[in-house]
Parts: sequence; C-alpha cells; structure tokens
Amino acid sequence: MSDLDLRQEFLAGTAPGEDIAVQLSGDGQFRTADMSLSIGPAHPATHGVFRIVLDLDGERGREARPVIGYMHRGFEKLAEHRDFRQIFALVNRHDWLSGFSNELGTALAVEKLMEFEVPDRAQWIRMLLAEWNRVLNHLMFIGSYALELGAITPMFYAFREREDIQHLLESATGGRLHFTYNQVGGLKIDLPKGFLAESTQVSSLVRSRLPDYFDLVLGNEIFHGRTKGVGPLPMEVALSLGVSGPTLQAPGLPEDPRVTEPYLKYGEIDVEVPVGENGDAFDRFYCLLHRIRVSLDIIDQIHDHIPPGPVNSKLPKMVKAPEGATYVRIENPLGQLGYWLESDGGRTPWRLKMRTPSFSNVQAIPYLMRGQLIPDAGSILGSVFFVVGDIDR
Amino acid sequence: MMLLVTSGVAPYLAQAESILDVGDTFIVPLLLKLAFVLGIFFVGPLVAGYLEHKAMGRMQHRRGPVEAGPFGTLQLVADGIKFIQKEDLIPSAADKWVFAMAPGVALVPAMLALLVIPFGPGVFALDLELGLFYVLAASSVSVLGVLMGGWSSANKFSLFGGLRAGGQLIAYELPLILAAIAVAVQAGTLSLVGIVEAQAEFMLFGTGINLWYVIPQLLGFGIFFVAALAELSRPPFDMPIGDSELVFGYMTEYSGIKYAMYMLTEYAGMVTMSALMVVLYLGGWQLLPGVPLPGCEAAGGLFDCGVTGTLLGVGVMLGKILLLVFVMVWLRVAYPRLREDQLQRIAWLVMVPLALLNLALVTIAKVVY
Repeated sequence: MSDLDLRQEFLAGTAPGEDIAVQLSGDGQFRTADMSLSIGPAHPATHGVFRIVLDLDGERGREARPVIGYMHRGFEKLAEHRDFRQIFALVNRHDWLSGFSNELGTALAVEKLMEFEVPDRAQWIRMLLAEWNRVLNHLMFIGSYALELGAITPMFYAFREREDIQHLLESATGGRLHFTYNQVGGLKIDLPKGFLAESTQVSSLVRSRLPDYFDLVLGNEIFHGRTKGVGPLPMEVALSLGVSGPTLQAPGLPEDPRVTEPYLKYGEIDVEVPVGENGDAFDRFYCLLHRIRVSLDIIDQIHDHIPPGPVNSKLPKMVKAPEGATYVRIENPLGQLGYWLESDGGRTPWRLKMRTPSFSNVQAIPYLMRGQLIPDAGSILGSVFFVVGDIDR
Repeated sequence: MMLLVTSGVAPYLAQAESILDVGDTFIVPLLLKLAFVLGIFFVGPLVAGYLEHKAMGRMQHRRGPVEAGPFGTLQLVADGIKFIQKEDLIPSAADKWVFAMAPGVALVPAMLALLVIPFGPGVFALDLELGLFYVLAASSVSVLGVLMGGWSSANKFSLFGGLRAGGQLIAYELPLILAAIAVAVQAGTLSLVGIVEAQAEFMLFGTGINLWYVIPQLLGFGIFFVAALAELSRPPFDMPIGDSELVFGYMTEYSGIKYAMYMLTEYAGMVTMSALMVVLYLGGWQLLPGVPLPGCEAAGGLFDCGVTGTLLGVGVMLGKILLLVFVMVWLRVAYPRLREDQLQRIAWLVMVPLALLNLALVTIAKVVY
C-alpha cells in the first residue's frame, strides 16, 4: 500500500490516440501510520512501575492509556489478616512518601470506630509530624518534576532539605520512611527532649531556602514555556474524575479537608489553601510549592500549641472494634485519602478500603494527554503527582 | 608569520607555519601533528568532563568525584576502562553494520575539526585557507552518526532521538554558519589563524587598543553560542537525548565502548566548539586586548614567540576554552529542557533573522569603513 492517499483510475474505453481520461481520488496527502509507544513500566519518566501506552502520530499522541497494576501488593486484603494495631505497618507503605499521613488516617478510622478519645498532646504532635511529612513529600515531587523537565539541580536542593527533615523525624520516630509512630489511641512514644527547638530551627531553615525553588524553578523562563498552558484540567472534568490535592486546587477550588472538614485540631489554627487559575501543569506545580509554605506556617503555629500531657492511652489487651463501618478522609500530601473501615467485631478489620489520592489523580491522565506531544506527556505525567504504590496498593 | 599568498593565485593549503614543522623530513612533522591532534582530542574531553563533574557537584551541594586519582581527576579514565570491559550489546533487530559504524561516524568528524584550530602562537596542525569552512563542514557530519545510530537501533525511543537530532541540526546549522560568515566578512579571511590575526589588528578608533570580535559582534557571538549548544545537544537543547522523555534518545541501545564513543564525541564537540568560539570571537590566544604576550612583543604579540610566550599563549587559549565549557556546564545545571517545537520556533523565527541582521550590519560596516 502506498503512503500517498491519491489514487488514479483510468477510465475504460479510451482508444489509442485519444486523451486519457483519468479520475483522481483522495486528497493527495501522505498517510502516516500511527505508532504505538509504550512508556514504562520501566522508564525514567514514570518513577515507578507505571506504564502508559501512547498512540503516536509523529511526536503527537492521539490517545494515552495508562496501564496500572504492576505494583499491586494486596494491602487491602493483607490488612484483613492483621489486627488493628498491626495494620499501621502496612498502610505506611502504600504511599511510601506519605507514611505518617497514611498511619494517621488509619488511626483516625480505628479510633472513630472504637469511639476512642485521644489525648490532646498526641493530636497536636500528630498534626506536627503530618505537616513535616507533607513538606518531605512535596520536596520530593518538586525535585522529581524539575527532573522530568530536564533540570537536574532542584533534585539535589530538595534532598538537602529532605535530609534535615528526615533527621528530625528520625529523632522522634526512629524511621526515615516508614515511621510506624501512630498507634490506636495516640502515639508510640513522646517526642524526644529538644525536639520542638530543633523543629523550629529546621522550619526556619527550610523557609529560608524556599526562595531557591521559587527562583530556580517557578521563575525560570524555560519552565514557564514547558508548563504554562500544558495539560489544562477544567474544573468540571477535575470534579467528575475525582482528582484531589494540588491537581484539584490548580483549577481554582480551595478544597482541603483540613479546612472544609477539619480533623484533629486543624480547626483551631489558620490553614491557607493555595489555588491556581487555569488548572495547567504550571498551576499544579505552583499549588504544590505553595503548599510547602503553608505547611511551614502550620508547623510554626503548632509549636505554640502543643500542651503537656500523655501521648497515648491505655489499650485493652485485645483491641477489638465494635461491629460497624466508618469512613475517614484526611488531606494526604497528594490529595484526599479515605479509609473505609468495616469491622465485624473481631480482632481484625473485616474490610479496609483505601481511597488513595494517586489512584484518583491518574484517572485524569487519558483526558490530559489526548493530542499532546511526547515532551508534554512528560510534563503532564509529572504534574498530576502520584506515587505508583499508592495507585496499585 | 610567513605568508605564502601571492597576489592573484590563492593556494588552498598551509598558509602560516606551524611550530610542529620541524626538520626537513616529511614524517617527523606529520607524526608530531598527529600526536598533537590526538592528544587534544583525548585529553580535552577528559578535562572538560572533569570540569563538568566538579562544577556541577559544587553547584548541587555535592563534591563530585573524589576517589579516582588525586581529587578524582582520573574518574573519567576509570569510566573509560569500565566501558571497555562492558559487554558490547547489539540488539537482535538492529541493522548491525550501521549500528556498529554509527559511533565512529559521529566520532571522527569531531577529531577532524581539531585539525585546523590554532591553540597558540604557531601551535596548530594545519592552517587551511578554508579553515572556517572546513571546521563547520566537518563538525556537521557528526549528526550523520547520530541519525544512523537512531535509525539502526530498532528502538522507537532511539528513532525519535535520531530524528530530533536531525531536525535540530538543520535548524541550528543555519544561524551557526550565518554568524560565522559575519566573522569571516569582518576578518576578510576564512583561515582561523588569519581571523585571530585580524582581531589583533582591529583597532578601537583613535587608540592602539585592539578589539576582539565579541565586542562588535556581540549578537553574533550569542547566536553562535546558542546554536553551538543546540548542535552539540547540550542542555537546555538536549532533546535528542531527553533522558526523562526518550530514555536516552539515540544512545538508548548502546553500551560499552560504543556508548563511550558517543560520550567522547559530545565532550570533544564541546571542546572543539569552545575553541572555535575563542578563535572567532575571543581573540584566540591573545592575553588581553592591547597587551601582547610576554616574549612575543617584537613580533606584534602573535607569532614567533619564545618558549614562554608560546606556552603562555597555549595556556590563555585553554583557559578561555575551559571558561566557555564552564558556561555550558552552568547552563546545564540551571535550566530545564526546551521542547522540540519550541526549539525549532526559536531557530527559525528568532535566530535566523537575527543572524541575517548581524551579517547585514557587519557587511555594511565593513563596506563603509
């Protein structure tokens, strides 16, 4: 088959010597075959085993189909065979960058089901560490998003800050990634001596270094060229797809459970929700970067609020939740995390359904990638902010 | 300087005499020149690469290589040895001959371009009258190797990388050459040695201070620098490699020594292009405008220098080259990657008109004065 969409048909009945009657059909354009390009499961742009199949016409993609499930580890099922105290070690692994927030969600769900009162001090400390965890997570994504656009340096800057914060969290929890610091009824152990002083110090340090990211990344002309107007997600589409976090705030909706449905003590402090205007990749990154600043503001407020007192309460020998079900939603670093916890009155959850932000956010990818160029595919993929383990669970 | 030019007849071979032309035999200068070009070709990229490692490290709160050799200086040598030991993989679907030849096709032109670049007073292998033309022609053959590698790898990412490199070369060769023509117009010669000499003789009005071409042709220098970055596929124009989009572009399927050859090509290209920019715009081996090299005052500060003057000239030249390499590294650290269509738009809508404007201005000025 010729690539040229032009056919000549010689009409019958032309005698020798006469003009040849030819009929042309087709528009004379060259036809090109579409190419299917599989980005992933092991590709530098996907930071994890995530796969996208692109149907390409030249460099422009027609359709994008995300293929997920390469990292399915069955956490929901595993949780049905662990008792309520043990599932904390599972949930901080599905989104490995937000371990503390995941534990927090689980703890809130279990405590809600058991109607457990958590001491005030534990609640404030949970907030403090959750916000630190959020900064940690966002720094990682700032570095990796810049890396996806070809800028290598912000990653190193981000890890410089991450190292300080991880050191701080390690002093309290003993972990750098999987903290397992929450437990039913409070926290595993009280904060070490001098933690708050160090926390204040790290907070002002990170704050003093934030301008680096604003100048180096957000203010960069090439960064503007690569992200402004790329992959806009209108509000209606964002809402119908159920995206959350920076991806939902970028179109301009200040939705954040810390404000709209405060849990812990978030109602007692000021939480600012940064929003974008156009919902494009630039706005998503803008929201992410400003969320770090907001989290640092929250951390500084929490420092003045932490009351003395116990950080955990005495648990019965056998933790059993009464029969029933509950749903808890919190603002995870990447968006809304929901846990549906159902108990039949036994020692283990009967069902633990995770509504993870990454899973909902990647639903926007086919919409965003339709008709985009390959380089833009990278900048879109990075800007919806997901963790592969959080998609597949 | 011994000019062989007689009026009317323009010889196409050596003009100025190289200090490597020792003795009356044919073979000794030849071997010396070969050693000189190969030495620059293999040591230059190592120095540029080490500079990149260390400068990038410092800018990114790292220390760069520290283990191999004193201060990590032998890191790239160690890398080279590692690459030689690696298995030489050829994908089963690849076009084997083209695949194997491609890194060589990319590498050799980078070496050939060094043949005519002067590195100091009399320190060059050859002074072709068509030197500038030769360098640009030779260095643009390199992309053929990239296209071959991209095509023959039988890999979609490689194909994209190769095609992007091809498109990029066509787009950026034009402003590069237009900017270089403006220099040739002002200097009145295509010989690279002649261009350096012309910069020593281009005086600021009413003074005895000479001006390097970077001052009258700042625009041209900017265009040349950006176009050179694009031609070398250096960030922010590294779309043919684009590691976060295309895995590693045309180099995706290469491993071992062939991959090392591509990397050597890139760094040798950095050295060659920087050397060319120094020669065209930054006065070659001149220390400062208006200051002759110590030891060469008698001969106008450019040729027939003593040992000190020659060494100093080479040092100045290498220093300027490393300065430009450093700027390239700096850009890599500071900027994200442009998109391929943005790059093409900049080339055709901004760079080419500006280069033409620069050429027109220089030509008019040349005619008027």
